[in-house]
Amino acid sequence: MKIKEIVSLTNGSLITGEENLEQLIERAFSSDLMSDVLTVRSDKLLLLTGLVNIQAIRTAEMSDICCVVFVRNKKVSEEMVNIARENRIAIIQTPYSMFKASGILYSAGIQPVY
Amino acid sequence: MQMHFEYSVEGGNFSQAGLTSSQVKKTLKQLNVNGAVIKRTVVALYEAEVNIVAHAYGGTILVDIDEEKIVIELRDEGPGIEDIGKTMEIGYSTATPEVREMGFGAGMGLSNMNNNSDLLEITSEVGKGTCVKIINHFKDDNNGNK
Ligand SMILES: Nc1ncnc2c1ncn2[C@@H]1O[C@H](COP(=O)(O)OP(=O)(O)OP(=O)(O)O)[C@@H](O)[C@H]1O
Ligand SMILES: [Mg+2]
Repeated sequence: MKIKEIVSLTNGSLITGEENLEQLIERAFSSDLMSDVLTVRSDKLLLLTGLVNIQAIRTAEMSDICCVVFVRNKKVSEEMVNIARENRIAIIQTPYSMFKASGILYSAGIQPVY
Repeated sequence: MQMHFEYSVEGGNFSQAGLTSSQVKKTLKQLNVNGAVIKRTVVALYEAEVNIVAHAYGGTILVDIDEEKIVIELRDEGPGIEDIGKTMEIGYSTATPEVREMGFGAGMGLSNMNNNSDLLEITSEVGKGTCVKIINHFKDDNNGNK
């Protein structure tokens, strides 16, 4: 599924990452625990999280995650956007809860990691 | 080719955690190292870097790169580790609530570092500090598994 479809399915807004919109996502992982995210080896991975801080973006950077969805419209700082931009990571903000956003994307065919 | 870099890490400063890992990732990309090897290396390094921020007072990261491999040494001043075997167990953590709020402190880091490095060596002196050494070879002939 393309990142632009993830934006529309989650009723989200794209905070940064215009150039990522056509990129393909195969799997998603929903977690607030970055230690756990760092153990995932899948490619074309989407991260859904309620943890809105720089470490969420750094974790995506190290794990080659090209798109992060922040749930419940939590505010994304300018520094997070800068680091994401520098590393070509798309940020989507959705009003939905982690449960709802994950459920919608799962039903739409995105695979789980486990 | 022989490259050497040194970085310093501040304990407790989460906003800076990952800066070194980020810089090392950029260097490895410029050197056209295999993507899977880069990911393994920077995941292991990032875990170790966050451990200094989370568990120590500060430290230095030394990085040496040649044609074949990257050698990373993270030396910190901190409380040290009494029982290294125990800290390798998944779930063992002494992380503070502040660290947990940052998304860490599950006690998964050291075993993940072990899974993402060809060689992981930890030495520590209680009351002084810890030294973590990571070596990864650029030829990805083990498919990321030990
Ligand atoms: N550099 C260090 N200095 C002192 N103690 C450390 C250091 N690194 C790790 N430890 C000790 O080892 C424990 C386990 O480390 P590990 O990285 O596996 O888990 P964590 O950092 O607690 O949580 P996680 O890595 O899952 O976010 C830590 O909680 C801490 O007690
Ligand atoms: Mg850790």
